[in-house]
Amino acid sequence: MISHPDSRPARWATLTALLTTGALLTACSSGSGGGASDGTGRPKSGGTLTFAVGSDAGCVDPQQVGSNDTIYSLRQIVDSLTDQDPKTGRIVPWLAKSWDISKDTKTFTFHLRSGVTFSDGSTLTAQVVKDNFDAVPKLGALATLAQGYLSGVESTTVVDPLTVRVSFKQPNAQFLQATSTFSLGIESSASVKRAPKQKCSDGVVGSGPFTLKQYVQNRSITLAKRTKYAWGSALWSKKGEAYLDRLVFKVVPEAGVRTGSLQSGQVDAISSVGRADESALKGAQVNLAARANPGNVFNLGLNNSRPLLKDVKVRQAILFAVDRQQIVDAVFPTGTRPATSILAHTTPDYTDLGKDLAHDAAKAKSLLDEAGWKTGGDGIRTKDGDRLSLTVSWFANAATNQPALELIQQQLKAVGIDIVLKERQISQFATTLQSGDFDAVWGNVTRADPDILRSSYSTKLANFYHLPASPLDSLLTRQAATSDATERAQLVEQAQRLIVRNAYVVPVVELQTQLGVAKKVHDLGFEASSRIQLHDTWIG
Amino acid sequence: MRRYVVKRVAQAVGVLWAAYTVSFLVLILLPGDPVSAMAGAGAEAGTVDPAQLARLRHEYGFDKPVLAQYADHLGRAVRGDFGDAISTGRPVTSTLGDALPQTLTLTGTALLLAVVLGGGLAVLATYTSRRWLRQLLLSLPPLGVSVPTFWVGLLLVEVFSFRLRWFPAFGNDGPRGLVLPALTLAIPTGAQIAQVLAKSLLTALDQAYVETARAKGAGRLRIHLRHALRNASLPALTVVGLLAGQLIAGSVVVETVFSRDGLGRVTVAAVTAQDIPLVQGVVVFGALIFVLANLIVDLVYPLLDPRIVVASGRKGSFA
Repeated sequence: MISHPDSRPARWATLTALLTTGALLTACSSGSGGGASDGTGRPKSGGTLTFAVGSDAGCVDPQQVGSNDTIYSLRQIVDSLTDQDPKTGRIVPWLAKSWDISKDTKTFTFHLRSGVTFSDGSTLTAQVVKDNFDAVPKLGALATLAQGYLSGVESTTVVDPLTVRVSFKQPNAQFLQATSTFSLGIESSASVKRAPKQKCSDGVVGSGPFTLKQYVQNRSITLAKRTKYAWGSALWSKKGEAYLDRLVFKVVPEAGVRTGSLQSGQVDAISSVGRADESALKGAQVNLAARANPGNVFNLGLNNSRPLLKDVKVRQAILFAVDRQQIVDAVFPTGTRPATSILAHTTPDYTDLGKDLAHDAAKAKSLLDEAGWKTGGDGIRTKDGDRLSLTVSWFANAATNQPALELIQQQLKAVGIDIVLKERQISQFATTLQSGDFDAVWGNVTRADPDILRSSYSTKLANFYHLPASPLDSLLTRQAATSDATERAQLVEQAQRLIVRNAYVVPVVELQTQLGVAKKVHDLGFEASSRIQLHDTWIG
Repeated sequence: MRRYVVKRVAQAVGVLWAAYTVSFLVLILLPGDPVSAMAGAGAEAGTVDPAQLARLRHEYGFDKPVLAQYADHLGRAVRGDFGDAISTGRPVTSTLGDALPQTLTLTGTALLLAVVLGGGLAVLATYTSRRWLRQLLLSLPPLGVSVPTFWVGLLLVEVFSFRLRWFPAFGNDGPRGLVLPALTLAIPTGAQIAQVLAKSLLTALDQAYVETARAKGAGRLRIHLRHALRNASLPALTVVGLLAGQLIAGSVVVETVFSRDGLGRVTVAAVTAQDIPLVQGVVVFGALIFVLANLIVDLVYPLLDPRIVVASGRKGSFA
């Protein structure tokens, strides 16, 4: 573009810029409060909850979607066979009144509630459940979560109109918890039989406390209360229908706009509050709700088949060189916990191994010395001409990934390990793991059942991290085959110990889900997988 | 005139084809494919069955040779069929059809605002005889051009939505929701119009025909608006044509900041998911809008200055 030849306007421009920014920034810095609550404390029905989320998965079928931002709304339109208590991890009745599990944990029989209807008027029967469990595996890669829960299923049989039996080829203790997830939320038979694409764009028919009223892609998901709903989870405090009349989920990608909208009362709740947004929300009429995601914590998933990483001393040195507390304090939202096991503390059968994961740079250095790695000229260790250099692949699906990894890079450099960071597209996640072409991968997995250890680290399954066959395998297989809770907990504890002590992977930090909720909104809590359930939520 | 129009239309088609081909090449060269992207986004449990992926790849035709895929896609695109978006399963044309009006409303309003604000500023700055006022006004366009769009947007939201609560911070609901995003887009655009128009107005006012008009006794305002502005608006019009494309590009940022539904948001989603059919649709639509805007500008030129067609006809080219 043409610039003015005179130099004076340029000076003027600078001055004007300074004046304008100065004035506007002052206007921005004074505090402000949201709407006040009357605080009577008694729950009441009615009202609309407006919830701003950061993204839209482009699909409104809970069986096909894995993204939290979209699940927050879709969870409300389907019921599951069971529910999971977030405090104890225990599985409780929902659409199923009770269930029997065979001693070898291969067969699961569910006794369904009577009188449950879907929003299309059809009734819940054993056949409907069968239709769902038969259809899900056919969704394939469109529904990786749901399909994974049902992998190895042999047959689903209708025993009588309200009894359904699911049989697996192998022992499969995780399946009970899987029936509590949104991924295996039960849809009506007519809904299940529609094409996957159609379910994605038009939505599904569930028996949940809310129904889908409108979906505008990238803009909003609107739900309406189902009157005469009477088959809620055993965990819910309110019996019958929900308190709220309407739920509106607006897609607001910009974090600053979400924060400001909550502060100024344009929305009642927001997802994904980052550390940077916290201070703006403090003092406003807002509560910050946070819960660690159960499952595998964020970790450096080491490729145990690489020459450098075959040596347990090198893996352990990495484990001890990482200062988890420093990473938490510098990068993650307030309240985030450093990893104290490969499992997050909210996972059932989690064991505190914090002592084994304490930062100890001196120990890391002596381990590397023992392994024959000598410090070279640039501070990076070498052995027989090889540099102790590793590539960490990571995916830009969370804003905290890069700063966390850069800090790890510095911490490892301090003991003589060189880390090269390699960003990849999220679309390469599956192919990266499959190809095995990585030294380490940064990631986590959300799952409220310890069986996630088996899917991640058993050498009998995909074994993406190339662990060697070891006693760990039999522990993982046995925990999947036991129906005795105490025995299973012991096996899982031993498995966690083996993974951490052998440093097959390096646990770093728990992922914390953090929401901002206006103070006038009550009882908006997390369920066992750190997602939300809005049946009991009310505004007052 | 007819040769002039035919040539412009042929050029437009060429641009569309090039846009389609380049976007196809870029997407094919990117590592991964939409099927892996789908699996990657949901692959929390790490349980992706390679056979399933292969089946889906086959279903979408990603296992065919690149040239066959290209010919196949292009053949259907010519007939207006861009296939289904892989991430949502909805037809690309209806996805774009839903988004397009939102973006056209936004960019149209922004362009109008930009012409009014930028044009007004340029006329006022060149008309005023107060030197300080002229300098002040002329210092605004460089400022408007240099501040980043997302920053302007966030500032406007902070002041007019979060503080004063005059306008909603996000959404597509009604004219009130249009004000801040349109203004955000209009500021850099209007600034460019003002820069060009002010410059050419100042040049025009030094021309001999202005002297002639003045000698004939025409008033200052009349000279400024009737004589100088008419001649000065030609370069500004060229800029407006170019700005149409820039506005569409700007809508990516503005629609994200203001959480508006539209082509910009569809673009972001499509690129993130490496949704090849959808990205191709977006690119061709974007190019179409750009091409149409410039075609209109080209066809308006002769109305302002008939010498253009004459020149074009004689030399066979027009730059």
